[in-house]
Amino acid sequence: MQINIRFFALLREQLGCEHIEFDYQGERTIAALRHTLAAHGDAWLALINGNTLAAINHTLCQDHAIISEGDEVAFFPPVTGG
Amino acid sequence: MTVFVAVQTDDFCQASEYDELRRNAGCGAIVTFCGLVRDLQSTTLSGMTLEHYPGMTEKALKDIAYKAKSRWELGAVHIIHRVGYLKPNAQIVFVGVASAHRAAAFSACEFIMDYLKNQAPFWKKEHTTEAEYWVASKDSDKVALARWEH
Repeated sequence: MQINIRFFALLREQLGCEHIEFDYQGERTIAALRHTLAAHGDAWLALINGNTLAAINHTLCQDHAIISEGDEVAFFPPVTGG
Repeated sequence: MTVFVAVQTDDFCQASEYDELRRNAGCGAIVTFCGLVRDLQSTTLSGMTLEHYPGMTEKALKDIAYKAKSRWELGAVHIIHRVGYLKPNAQIVFVGVASAHRAAAFSACEFIMDYLKNQAPFWKKEHTTEAEYWVASKDSDKVALARWEH
């Protein structure tokens, strides 16, 4: 399935990547997607080792959340606004 | 309840927001909060850049406002958050809550800031004369949020 993945802030800089359109064939959870992406290289291990948060379609979600075709998934560090 | 949410590079005027909140019929109390750029680490801070996640940010702020409404009787909530480059002492965030009674307005304003600090997708990068670095999230913000989650 095609999904759209976005990265923000420190994570975006570490990965050198802001956005990917990804043809994902794995198990449809955030946890499984994290592991698939982590195989892309050392910097990408941040997706499974750190405290990176995830959102699906603009809503924060947990690792067991389910991803569907066409979703926008985002990964980012803990937020520091306010 | 009136909910107004804005994510903008422009500065805001607290007095104008207050006047707007004051128009809310039946409100006997208004509590407002402003967050400013503070020099946290040294005296060499030249400014900070606020990044956000367009689309999610506005939704997160609205969700937080409605979450507050589900706990207290509120007449109006205004949340404004600035993004982009900001200099020391610049205004970053405004939260204004109008309610019939002060207890609800005080509590809701704190509740909204605690959720905003933990769940709204903003990230601060500080610039000093020597370096630039992303601000780390604080455990004290998580503790502040935990008191509402019972």
